[in-house]
Order: sequence, then C-alpha cells, then structure tokens
Amino acid sequence: SQKLYLKIFSKLTVYTTLVGLLNARNYNFGGEFVEAMIRQLKETLKNNFYNEAVYLVRFLSDLVNCHVIAAPSMVAMFENFISVTQEEDVPQVRLDWFVYVVLSCLPWVGKELYEKKDVEMDRLLSQIEGYLKRRVKTHVPMLQVWTAEKPHPQEEYLDCLWAQIQKLKKDRWQERHILRPYIAFDSVLCEALQHNLPPFTPPGHMPDAQYPMPRVIFRMFDYTDAPEGPVMPGSHSVERFVIEENLHCIIKTHWRERKTCAAQLLSYPGKNKIPLNYHIVEVIFGELFQLPSPPHIDVMYTSLLIELCKLQPGSLPQVLAQATEMLYMRLDTMNTSCMDRFINWFAHHLSNFQFRWSWDDWADCLTVDLDKPKPKFVKEVLEKSMRLSYHQRIVDIVPATFSALIPADPIFTFKYEDETASSLPGYPTSVTVSNAIKNRASNEEILAILKEVPNPNQEDDDDEGEAFNPLKIDVFLQTLLHLAAKSFSHSFSALGKFHEILKTLTESDEGKLHILKVVYDVWRNHPQMIAVLVDKMVRTQIVDCAAVANWLFSQDMAHEFTRLFIWEILHSTIRKMNKHVQKIQKELEEAKEKLEKQQNKRRDSGDDEDMEKNSEDEEGQLEEQIERLQEKVESAQSEQKNLFLVIFQRFIMLLTEHLVRCETGSVDISTPWYKNCIERLQQVFLMHHVTIQQYMGTLENLLFTAELDHHILAVYQQFCALQL
Amino acid sequence: MSVKLNALHSDSYIEVSQYRDQHFKGNRYEQEKLLKQSNTLYVGNLSFYTTEEQVHELFAKCGDVKRIIIGLDKVKKTACGFCFVEYYTRGDAENAMRFVNGTRLDDRIIRTDWDAGFKEGRQYGRGKSGGQVRDEYRQDYDPARGGYGKLAQQQRSTEARNTF
Repeated sequence: SQKLYLKIFSKLTVYTTLVGLLNARNYNFGGEFVEAMIRQLKETLKNNFYNEAVYLVRFLSDLVNCHVIAAPSMVAMFENFISVTQEEDVPQVRLDWFVYVVLSCLPWVGKELYEKKDVEMDRLLSQIEGYLKRRVKTHVPMLQVWTAEKPHPQEEYLDCLWAQIQKLKKDRWQERHILRPYIAFDSVLCEALQHNLPPFTPPGHMPDAQYPMPRVIFRMFDYTDAPEGPVMPGSHSVERFVIEENLHCIIKTHWRERKTCAAQLLSYPGKNKIPLNYHIVEVIFGELFQLPSPPHIDVMYTSLLIELCKLQPGSLPQVLAQATEMLYMRLDTMNTSCMDRFINWFAHHLSNFQFRWSWDDWADCLTVDLDKPKPKFVKEVLEKSMRLSYHQRIVDIVPATFSALIPADPIFTFKYEDETASSLPGYPTSVTVSNAIKNRASNEEILAILKEVPNPNQEDDDDEGEAFNPLKIDVFLQTLLHLAAKSFSHSFSALGKFHEILKTLTESDEGKLHILKVVYDVWRNHPQMIAVLVDKMVRTQIVDCAAVANWLFSQDMAHEFTRLFIWEILHSTIRKMNKHVQKIQKELEEAKEKLEKQQNKRRDSGDDEDMEKNSEDEEGQLEEQIERLQEKVESAQSEQKNLFLVIFQRFIMLLTEHLVRCETGSVDISTPWYKNCIERLQQVFLMHHVTIQQYMGTLENLLFTAELDHHILAVYQQFCALQL
Repeated sequence: MSVKLNALHSDSYIEVSQYRDQHFKGNRYEQEKLLKQSNTLYVGNLSFYTTEEQVHELFAKCGDVKRIIIGLDKVKKTACGFCFVEYYTRGDAENAMRFVNGTRLDDRIIRTDWDAGFKEGRQYGRGKSGGQVRDEYRQDYDPARGGYGKLAQQQRSTEARNTF
C-alpha cells in the first residue's frame, strides 16, 4: 500500500537502522527481509507503482549504510538500472525513471558506495551524464511556471537532481541533513554479516505501462529571501533536495487531515537549521502550481495554508505575504494556468481573513493597460472575492484609485425592461409572455403567443414557426430569466419548468448558439450565473457541448476571450462530456458482466426447462441492452471526439489569424492576447491529456500538420514529448 | 510486506458524526447507512444574509454541485442560517468535509456534516419561533443571526416592560 511506504519513508533511516540491528542479531532475518523487499519491488514495478518503487529502492540503498546489504551488490543493481538507458524504441519517461531512482538514492548511500566501488560508480555517473545530454527536453516549456529564467531558473527535474549530485560529489559526498541513527550503532552494525542483493533485472517495457510524468522544479526563494535566521540551502545543494522530498512526503501522507499535516510540516526534524517556513511555503506553492495539475485538489492547499497560519501566527502569515508579493511581481511571465490557480487561491485565502490586504502596494498595476497581467490578476481576484462576499464589500475594501478594476455589479440586463423599450419588435410579446408565465399559462398557450413573433431572418410568413427565429428565443428567454433572476434556484426552476419550450426553440445548432448568446446578453455582469446556467442547460440537453465551445470561440465573445470565466466554462463542459462517456462505458461493462453471469448460471443450472427458458429470455434482454449501450457509447465517443476537434480547430483559426496579421504588419506577435491564447491551448492539452491521447492520430493527420505555423505546432510537439 | 495498518488510512474529517436527525423516518441503522453513502451535506452557522451564490462559489471548489437548498424560517420563509449542499458524487462531498468544514464563509466559521438526504420539509427550521432550534435558546448576541436568541429576546422585552 502506498500509504505504508509513505509512512516508512518519512522515518526511513529509523527503520533501516532497526533492520540493521535485527540483521546483526539474526543473519537469516536480514536475508529473508531483503528477499521479501525484492519480491515487493518486482510486484510494485509490474503494477506501475513507480513512485512507491522509488521508496523501496531508497530503503534498500540505506540498508547498505546499515550493513545489511553489501555495497558491491547495490552498485550492481544500479548498473542494471542504468543499462535500461541503452534500450531503444521505448518511451523516454521509462529511461528517465531508472536514472531518477539511482540518482535520488545517492544522497543516502553515495558516500558508502564510492568508498567501496569508486571506479564503478564513476562509470555509472558518466553513463548517466551521457544519457542526460542526449535526452530530449521538448516538454520543458510546457511545464514551467514562469517563462523567465530570472530570478530562479525553472529546471527540469533530472537536470536539477544531476546538478545536486554533482555538487555532492564535489563535496566528497558529505551530506549533513539526513538523520542517520545507524551511525550511533556503528560498533554493533559493522560486526554484522552483509547480504548480496540477488541479480535484479528491471522488468521490460509493457505497452500499457504508465511511467511518472516529467516535472519542473519549482523555486521561488533563495538565501536572500529569508531575512534573518538560518540560511536557505542553495538550489543545487543536496540538502535542498532532501528537505523538499521530505516535505512532499509529509503532504502526500497527511493531505486528508489538514491540522495533522500542518503540525507535521512544522515539526520537521532539523527545523532549527533551515528557514522552515520558507521551505514549506515554497513546496506548497510548487505543488499548487504544478503542471499539468497539482497532486491534490486545489482547495486542499488553501485550507492547509490557513492551518499553518493558525499554528504559526507570528511568522507564517508574513512569509505567505512575502510569497504573494513575489508572485505578483512576476505575473508578467507566469503561465496562465498557474495564474488561474493563484487567483483562486488568493481570493479564497483573503475571504478567510476579512479581505485584509495592502492593495496600495500594488498601485503599479493601475499604470498599465488593463489587459496586462498585473491589472488582469487584480481584476480577477476582486471578481472572485466578490463571489465569496458581495459587490459593496469589494468597493469598500479597495482604494478609490482601483475603481477601474472593481467588478461590475452582478445585475440582470433586461432588454424589454419598460416602456422605453416599447419600440423594440419583441417588446409587446415580452409583456404578454411575462403575464402568461405569471398566470401559469400552459406550454401550448405560451408557444401560441410566441408564434406571433416576427422572424427577422425571413421575408415572408411562409414558415410554420419551426425555423430558427432568433427573436423568438430572445423574447422568451430574456423574459423568463428576468422573472427568475432572483437566485440560482429560481433560474434552475424556470429552465426546468419550460424545458419543453426551450428544447423546441433550440432544435437547430443555430438555436443552441443563440440561446447561449441570450444568456450572456442578460447576465454579462454576472459570469457566475452564466456558468451555472450553461452547466444546467448542458445537463438537461437544451444545448450540447459543441454548441458551448462554438459560442465561447465566436466573434460575439471575442472581447471576453481572456477572462477567466470563459475558460472555467470550457473546461467544465469538457469534463461533463468526459464523465458522460465514462458513465455509459461503465453501464456497458456492467451489462456485459451481467450477461456473462447469466450465461454461467444457465450453464450450471442443469436441465430445468422453465429455468432455461427464463434464462434465455433474460439473456436476450441483456443482449439487446448491450447492443443499445454499445451504440450509445459509440455515439458519445463520437461526440467527445468532435468536441475536441471543434476546440482545436477554433484555436488554430484564431492563432493563425493573429500570427498572419502580425507578420504582414511586421508587428511583434507577443501581445497579452497571444500569450493568453497559446497558453490556453496548452492548458486544454494538459488538463485533458488522458482523453486526448486517444485522438493523437486524428489530431496529427487533420489538424496539427506540418503546414501549421511553427508557433502553434510547437505546442502540439511539446505535448507529444510529454509521452503521457 | 503487504500489511495494512488501520492507522495509515486515517481520514477522520470525513467520518460520520454523532448527530442523528430526530425527525428521520427510519431506524438508526437505516439512517447511518444513508449517511455513509450520502452525497449531501448539512451546512450550519451561516449568516442569515449568506446567499445561494456565495455557498455555490465556495462549495464548487470541491466538485460539481448538484443543488443547494437554503434553510428557511418556517414562519417568515426567509433564510435562517443553514443549508444543504448536494454533490453529484460522494468523493466531492468528502473533499468539502476535509477542506471547507471549519473554514470561513461570509466571515463566519461554518460547519458541515453528513446529511441522509434532502426531503421536502427539511428546509425549514424546527425551532418554536420558526428558525433553528439553536437560535431559540442561545444567550449571545449575533447580529448575523437575528441578534439575541428568541428566548433571550423575549426575556429582554419582558424586562424592558417591567423596568419601564
């Protein structure tokens, strides 16, 4: 179990010392223990549990320090691991893993192995160096939180670890951070007989293997940032690696229980020698901003930071404020997906602390265009903060100078409000429909009223009222939503009550697109309401997912294209589509299992004629059901594939347009809009990589072809390089 | 080596509490079964002014919200400081128990607990005066929950009449 490995790893050297002492007393115990661990390692690797396997190998390597395992046999195992780098036609992430495992054990056992087998170790390190030089790193830009190299380069994880091990080697493997209880027992342990590891052949590559994804090491602090007290270990020091590993391990173990997690983080052994608060904050933000996605749900980190502030009220809030300030200052080069998470975290955090913040410190954001990252960030934070409170609160908490960034009052915009709108063609019908709804008219009566609405798309009256009539949709929906504007529940109730009418009005694709347009028109000041209404309309099949995608990318929405709510709606829509496919696939699987059970029952039931007949009937029904579900699955998968194609096509169109325009006008392509758009394209790949993997063939043949502008193609190539 | 120790699976924030709904139609066993499968949370200690929108914004951080039912004063039919939040999946509700329970909404520490499932009528307060029972007897002054508790309000007005 993963949790067992985590618990052991956080006290690794204690357990290895214990095993060492037991082995000194009883040689056979040591032998059996090592054999059991090797069996476990084989199982773990066979089942794709690569993160757990790392802990097992580290445990084994620390057993060398405890005189349980002979150093030369450990070196031999490492040599077998590194020989994997010679394999051809396998995913790079497989080779990466074996190199990572060996390097990550060296802080614990490097010294001992070098003392016993320096020639072999040098050869090993040289092979690793050769591999690291030739491996492909196309994926790195896609995983970096900041595009800038300063003040801290965002290093690829293997490069960083290699630099740390190089430095450790230069320091003659002197490592002072890891607690090593076995040193105190050296006199007992050095008398023990050691075991040789059996020769371990790494399991071969299987097509369904899922190796860990590459990562970029997140750094936001260095020794200049902690004003007083202990100095932060350098980015290439092995201490930094060990501290970060341990802190990640604590979070991985205790994330479900935030008070325990915070307490464990703050009681890190050796905390007096390091600026622990800075390490904790850096590790937490590192996880929150991790690409493609954080290891745990975003809101966990918010609640964890709140607990940490509660436990260390005199010091942690200040570090957190300092971190927030630093993140703000570097917004210009921050990845858009990471900025989304920063926005959501900061607004939620503030809502737990009465929205107290020194906004004046950020007055510089008022001196640049509103589409630049800093004012955009503040604007989105204030909008999210308003959602957790109310409009006047936001007006009250920011200085008057920030008024341009304050969100709009989230009120309904009704085209047919009063007599001033009486000249509009839909006004009379709006009044009639409104009264009809208030008087609980039937659907037929309302449809009859709507029949009178002229169709601006047609010249004469030859239509039976079935053709797409945008004005009809506009009048009905605006009036209905206006009556239901009081709350989400009121609006949902309205959509439910008039579901039939809405389905009739939106039969065509144009109808679906138009209903979304109307929702936006009336609720453009209340993006939160737009999102929940679109969600409800997709779930009740008033609109489909492709319609939502087409609407978001339409010219009508171009002016909102960089706002966060647009992307929240898009990703929510994609997720709904994915869950829908999974649900039907599950139903199909269950029906198939049921059929199999039924068939087995019949086979085993003997000669009872009645039972046999009933069983046949049941099987017949199940087979029909399976056929139906099969069709449903195919249809859903087709819809899902189409959704992604629509989205990618739209991105390509927009980006190509922009790039061509800039090229012909000899203008720099890197506008804030462009950065947002290209990173949003990346985000679609990263957030839904599991599903998109199925469509790689189609994507490459149809969309991401060699004719595409290289800027756009690069995104696709980086995604492929992740070999997810 | 594949020993599973119970202590390793600690996930105490999602455990079912001691509270049982006295008005639940069914026995204790049935109620507990529903609580252990439920996707619905009871949310308490809300301000009377907390809106469905605010609740949605906060709880949507844990997953897609299926519906929110704001608790109402049985007499006044106005919000009386609690609500139900129903998710589509239990996993999302568990995250709310782990990460939203005990944090602030509208400046107040809110409390979430498993609920056996919404049924018509459960959206109303069960206190004598129409609000929640806890607001009948509390002695403190809470401006976001109608000021003093109902009993304390009556005592105060009696005192005022007597002293005048």
